Amino acid sequence: VLHTTRPLHTTQQSLAPVPPLPEKGGEVRHGLIPEEFFQFLYPKTGVTGPYMLGTGLLLYFLSKEIYVINHETVAAACILTVIIYAIKKFGPQVAAFADKLNEEKVAAVQALKDEAVQALQAAIEEEKKEQWRAEGRGLLFDAKRNNIAMLLETNYRERLLTVYSEVKKRLDYQVAMQNLKRQKELDHMIQWVEKSVVQSITPQQQKESIAKCILDLKALSKSAHAAV
Amino acid sequence: GPLSERRLMDVRLGELHAWISTCSFSPQGLLGAVQRAWSSYCTKYIHVKQGGPAGISMLLAGYCLLSYGWNYQHFSK
Repeated sequence: VLHTTRPLHTTQQSLAPVPPLPEKGGEVRHGLIPEEFFQFLYPKTGVTGPYMLGTGLLLYFLSKEIYVINHETVAAACILTVIIYAIKKFGPQVAAFADKLNEEKVAAVQALKDEAVQALQAAIEEEKKEQWRAEGRGLLFDAKRNNIAMLLETNYRERLLTVYSEVKKRLDYQVAMQNLKRQKELDHMIQWVEKSVVQSITPQQQKESIAKCILDLKALSKSAHAAV
Repeated sequence: GPLSERRLMDVRLGELHAWISTCSFSPQGLLGAVQRAWSSYCTKYIHVKQGGPAGISMLLAGYCLLSYGWNYQHFSK
């Protein structure tokens, strides 16, 4: 259960990043005595004070046999000589080797960190791009709206066309009906008139019209002969 | 700061008696003091980027002195 009323991360202290190690350790003189001892005695006895103290103590221990000289003293002296010679001769090489090991470790971890930072940067760029893309949603909606308006307009116009064609069909039908009726009336009337005229031509009239036609033809032929 | 919270090096000679009286000599107190001393030694001489021979040589010298002190009876025969 997480009590959300408790404030989190209120202090500056945190486990990471770990502060880096100091470059050099505490100063030590002759590899054995820390520098603080010399500084402690400097105000009262100057520079040679601790050395005098050391010599005096050594002679005191030797004379009072507090330090007994035995076979181990010789062994210690030989060992110390060898150790000091080895340190003086191979010290820098060992230090360089250790430094190289450290460098490699740090470089590997630094490479990881750089890769992670780069990956995160790329992710940030991608995210920004996605945000920019999302801004185009207005355009998308406008296009969709346009599409819908187009569909509605098309539908409306189609239906308008349907209405127009239907009405035209009905009106054409009426017109065709009227024409047909007129035509039929005309035909019937013409037939009736022809029939009655033909019936009214008596034989007498027929003879007269034929004689008249022959006379006309003779006249025409005379005028034609004259023209030629 | 107050007397009981200062370290040994920051205590003046005249206040030494009073300072010792504020120390806790219970097992936890002594253990804590030993741990603090060891960790401050390590931080100063061992956990550095470029430590020299000084870090272990002081420990070895202390060990030599201690062992001589323990075997003094045997030496002075």
